[in-house]
Amino acid sequence: MQKYSGFGLLKHAFSHHENWQRVWRNPTPKKHYDVVVVGGGGHGLATAYYLAKEHGLTNIAVVEKGYLGGGNTARNTTIIRSNYLWDEAAHLYEHALKLWEGLAQELNYNLMFSQRGVLNLGHTLQDMRDIERRVSANRLNGIDSQLLNTKEVQDIVPILDCSKNARYPVLGASWQPRGGTARHDAVAWGYARAADALGVDLIQQTEVTGIRRKDGAVCGVETTKGFISCDKVACVAAGNSGVLAKMVGITLPLESHPLQAMVSEPLKPIIDTVVMSNQVHGYLSQSDKGDLVIGAGIDGYLGYGQRGSFHVVEHTIAAILEMFPIFSRVRLNRAWGGIVDTCPDACPIISKTSVKGLYFNCGWGTGGFKATPGSGHVFAHTVANDEPHPLAKAFSVDRFISGKLIDEHGAAGVAH
Amino acid sequence: MLEIYCPYCEEHREEEEFHPVGEAHIQRPEDPESLSDAEWAHYLFYRKNPRGLHHEMWVHATGCRKFFNMTRHTVTYQILETYKMGDKPTVTEEAKDDAK
Repeated sequence: MQKYSGFGLLKHAFSHHENWQRVWRNPTPKKHYDVVVVGGGGHGLATAYYLAKEHGLTNIAVVEKGYLGGGNTARNTTIIRSNYLWDEAAHLYEHALKLWEGLAQELNYNLMFSQRGVLNLGHTLQDMRDIERRVSANRLNGIDSQLLNTKEVQDIVPILDCSKNARYPVLGASWQPRGGTARHDAVAWGYARAADALGVDLIQQTEVTGIRRKDGAVCGVETTKGFISCDKVACVAAGNSGVLAKMVGITLPLESHPLQAMVSEPLKPIIDTVVMSNQVHGYLSQSDKGDLVIGAGIDGYLGYGQRGSFHVVEHTIAAILEMFPIFSRVRLNRAWGGIVDTCPDACPIISKTSVKGLYFNCGWGTGGFKATPGSGHVFAHTVANDEPHPLAKAFSVDRFISGKLIDEHGAAGVAH
Repeated sequence: MLEIYCPYCEEHREEEEFHPVGEAHIQRPEDPESLSDAEWAHYLFYRKNPRGLHHEMWVHATGCRKFFNMTRHTVTYQILETYKMGDKPTVTEEAKDDAK
């Protein structure tokens, strides 16, 4: 793998940047792999990377039906934080955040990881009670979380309407300084490049159409490019997980919904943090390019169409404008939707299944991006050892039967 | 935005007046006490979540406030029919297969 550096940039300038090495190979599938990862998004690529790096498995393929990082990795609003209420979730997301902090160096890829802080606003007394509880829980778990009052919020975000007569009065907020954003595509590309360098085959434009079993264990996957034999199949297919599960006759407690987001035209720097509001279900940050990145609420109906209804966008924009009247003349550039696979308790499933050699990592719902490194890391451990990683244990699919749910709905400000 | 025909109001109205409620035709177990944990979990949490035709319940929240059912395609979002509670859907995956 060609190492990226400032010096390299200078060196390649002399040859007009025409001699850069290809970032990853485009291999033809081998006959057999130890592990086939289904889904080439951030989580799938991270899984492959950690399988190769930490578990010494290099005979791995990532099979992707479209192109790498073209699903929800390319469609989210890139927010990273770990201030979740319940211990299990907080530990998992904090594990991810710690990995984020050294990731750009580790992958030798600029992820534009920016710890600009995340605010979760409270607009009602109940919001503030919930926030106070969550901040206290976070601090007990060693997560940097603070409770701010209106004035402190106003100091951080001067353009936020914190006046008494605001439609959504700001009573305070939780503040996680280590939270922030990263460049979503770069995360997928960085992991893909690093995994490829460790010998992982990244097979794009290849859809898995079936999972073949022998004596109750996985023996390979049928794809649009033919049969690929393998010992283990790790499914990281987000919204399409249910479709994969159906191939082997198992069901998952998932529902796929459209979730929409949008960006404005590029503006000069005006907001240097991430502002989220659960109450009105809108959140906003500014990308390094200058666009305002705005996330909407989830569409209530089931959908695989990667688009949602317009009134959801309209409601979000209305709320954002009430909070930031200064943006009233800003024009939106693009809006889009992704399919999120939501669990009844709004926590992911990282689990073995009743089929030997088949593993699922899904159900990240509306908040998977922030977990990308942690998700890949614990899932790789689960797949390699056929035993859940200590942090992933609580996220087994069995929890829906035992009743030990991790109820992160709303309580922890789970807006994405 | 979806345009939805309410079978009770007998009118097409905009989606904003409605709320999706989830999968239709889920029957509450007659004798919950006798169910195993897995069966109970299935009733509570496991849904079909199909990529294709889906029978789902909606409520005309700011209209007649009545619940009704709908058959909708989850990829194209096309609404094939709406029908009153207690009725059976006329457009189903099986019926579609029979027609072939």
